[in-house]
Amino acid sequence: MNMRRAISNRPFVLGFVVVLLVLLASLPLFASPYAVILLTSVFMYIIITVSWTMFSGPTGYISLAPAAFFGVGVYSSALLGFVLPLPTVIGIGSLGSFCLALLVGALTLRLRGIYFVMFTFGLVELLLHFIIWWEVNITGTTGRMVPTVSNTTVYYLMLTVFTVLMFTAYFIRRSKYGLALQSIGEEEEAAAHTGINVTALKIITFAVSAFFMGAAGAIMATRWTYIDPRIAFNPLLSFMPVLMAIFGGMGQLYGPIIGAAIFTYLEEFLITRFPYHYMLIFGIIMVLAIVYLPDGVVGLLQKLWKRIPRRKHADT
Amino acid sequence: MPILEGKGVSKYFGGLAAVSNVDFTVERGEILGLIGPNGAGKTTLFNLISAALVPKSGTIRFKGINITGLSPYKICRMGVARTFQLVKVFGHMSALENVMLGSYFGMCPGLSSRDAAIKSTELLELVGLSALRYTLSKDLTLANQKRLEVARALATNPELLLLDEIMAGLNPAEVAQAMELVTRINGKGITVIMIEHVMKAIMEVCERIMVLHHGQKIAEGTPREIATSETVIKVYLGERARAGG
Repeated sequence: MNMRRAISNRPFVLGFVVVLLVLLASLPLFASPYAVILLTSVFMYIIITVSWTMFSGPTGYISLAPAAFFGVGVYSSALLGFVLPLPTVIGIGSLGSFCLALLVGALTLRLRGIYFVMFTFGLVELLLHFIIWWEVNITGTTGRMVPTVSNTTVYYLMLTVFTVLMFTAYFIRRSKYGLALQSIGEEEEAAAHTGINVTALKIITFAVSAFFMGAAGAIMATRWTYIDPRIAFNPLLSFMPVLMAIFGGMGQLYGPIIGAAIFTYLEEFLITRFPYHYMLIFGIIMVLAIVYLPDGVVGLLQKLWKRIPRRKHADT
Repeated sequence: MPILEGKGVSKYFGGLAAVSNVDFTVERGEILGLIGPNGAGKTTLFNLISAALVPKSGTIRFKGINITGLSPYKICRMGVARTFQLVKVFGHMSALENVMLGSYFGMCPGLSSRDAAIKSTELLELVGLSALRYTLSKDLTLANQKRLEVARALATNPELLLLDEIMAGLNPAEVAQAMELVTRINGKGITVIMIEHVMKAIMEVCERIMVLHHGQKIAEGTPREIATSETVIKVYLGERARAGG
C-alpha cells in the first residue's frame, strides 16, 4: 500500500520540486536583497546539514568534522580567489575537502562511537592550530582578504550546490548503497558478512559529504571578504549540522532541510531581537526540542499527518 | 578437492587457546555438524572461516584458494555465507530489505532492484516468511529473525553456509521446521556446517560430526560413531550428565 502511494505521488512530487526550483532561481528578481542574503545563509546551513546527514544519519558515525571541511573550502577561496576564476576555486575547495576526508576516513573510520566523534572534532582543532602556526611563523600575517562577488552570484552558486547535493543525497538514499549505509549503522559486522565492502563505502560516503561542505565554505568565504583561521575553522559549525539534523528529524530527506531552515531563521530572528540573550533562548529551544521532539519536526508532522487519514478510514 | 580445508588453525584470546591447531575438511555437498561444550571454540572457528577474526596461525582454503586473512566481504562474495549465534538482523529495515541486501552485494552483484526483490521474495518463501516480508525485522520473533538471517545469507548465493545455532531457543515444532529447512537448503547443493546444541537435530540432519573441546578437535565421524565414542561421552555428554545430576 505504501509502495503504491509512493509511485502515484511521484509526478506530483517531481512537479513540486521543479516549481520550487524555478521559484528559488527567480527569487533575486523580485525579493528584497535582505531576503537573498538570508536565503544564502539558509542554503549554506542546509548544505552542511544535509551532507552531514548523508553520512552520519544512516551509519550512526557522528562526525564533528564539518568545520574542518568547510574551513578547507574557505581557505581555498582565500588562497586562490585572486588568481583563479571562482568556479575553479570552488572545485578545488570541494576536491580538497574530498581528499582530506578520504585520508581522515581511512585513518579513523575503524574507530567506533565516542572515539570517532573525538577524533573528528580533533581534526578541526588540528587544522585550526596548524594554520595559525603556519601564518604566524611562515607567512607572518594572520587573516586574509577574499575577493568578493555580488550577493546574487553567491546566492546562485549556493543554490546550484544545494540542487546538486539534493539530487545526490536522494539517489544515494534510494540506491542499494543507501540501504547498505543503513545496514552499517544497524549491524556493521553482519553487513560485512553480507558482502558489503563496509570500509570503502564508509570512506567514500564520508568524502562525498565533505565535498559539499568544502563547496559551501569556498562560496561563503567570498561573502565574508576577510577571513582568519578562527573564522574559517569555527568549531560551532561542527555542532550546528548535528543540532539542525536532530531538530529537523533524520528519518526523511527533507528533515534536515526543515531543521536547518528553521534554525537559521530562528538564529537571525533572535540575534536581531534579543542580541544579548539570544544564545540562552536558543539553548532553551534546543533542550525543549530534544526532550519533546525525539524524531524532530518531521517526526511531529508525521504523527499529526497519521491522525488525519485514520479518522477518514473510520468514516468510510 | 574438499570445498573447505583448514590446516593447523589456531586462535588465542590472551593466553587462552580458543581454537588450537585444528585440522578440518568439508566435502562439497555435505552437512557437517560442529558440536562441543560451551566455550569449546565452535563460534570462534566460524569467525575464523568467515574472517570476522584472523587466525594466529594455520591456513584455511576454500575451493583450493587460500582465504586466510581476506576481509569478510570478499569471503562472502567468494561464496561463504553465515548466520550469527546472537542474531544480527538490520532491525529498522523490513524483512525483504534485509534479504535484498544479500542479493545486491553477495556473489552476483549488479542485480537490478526488481530482480533482487523477486529473488529475495522467493527466499523469504523458502524460509516461511513471505507473509511477513514488509514487517520491520526488529518486530519479528526470535525464530523468525533466525529464519531471516538464513534467507539473507542464502541471498548472497553461497556455496558454503555456516549456521550458528539457528535452533537455540526454538520450541520443538520450530526445531522440526528448522531441520527441514537445513535439509532443503542442502538439497539445493549448498554445503552446510552447523553449530548446534540440539542433539536430536544434529544426529538426524548431519552426515558427519566434528567435536571440539577446549579449542581442540577431539573426535570426528558419523553421528553413530560420535554417539558411541568414549572420548566424546567422557568430555561432552559426561560433563552434561554430571551437571544434570
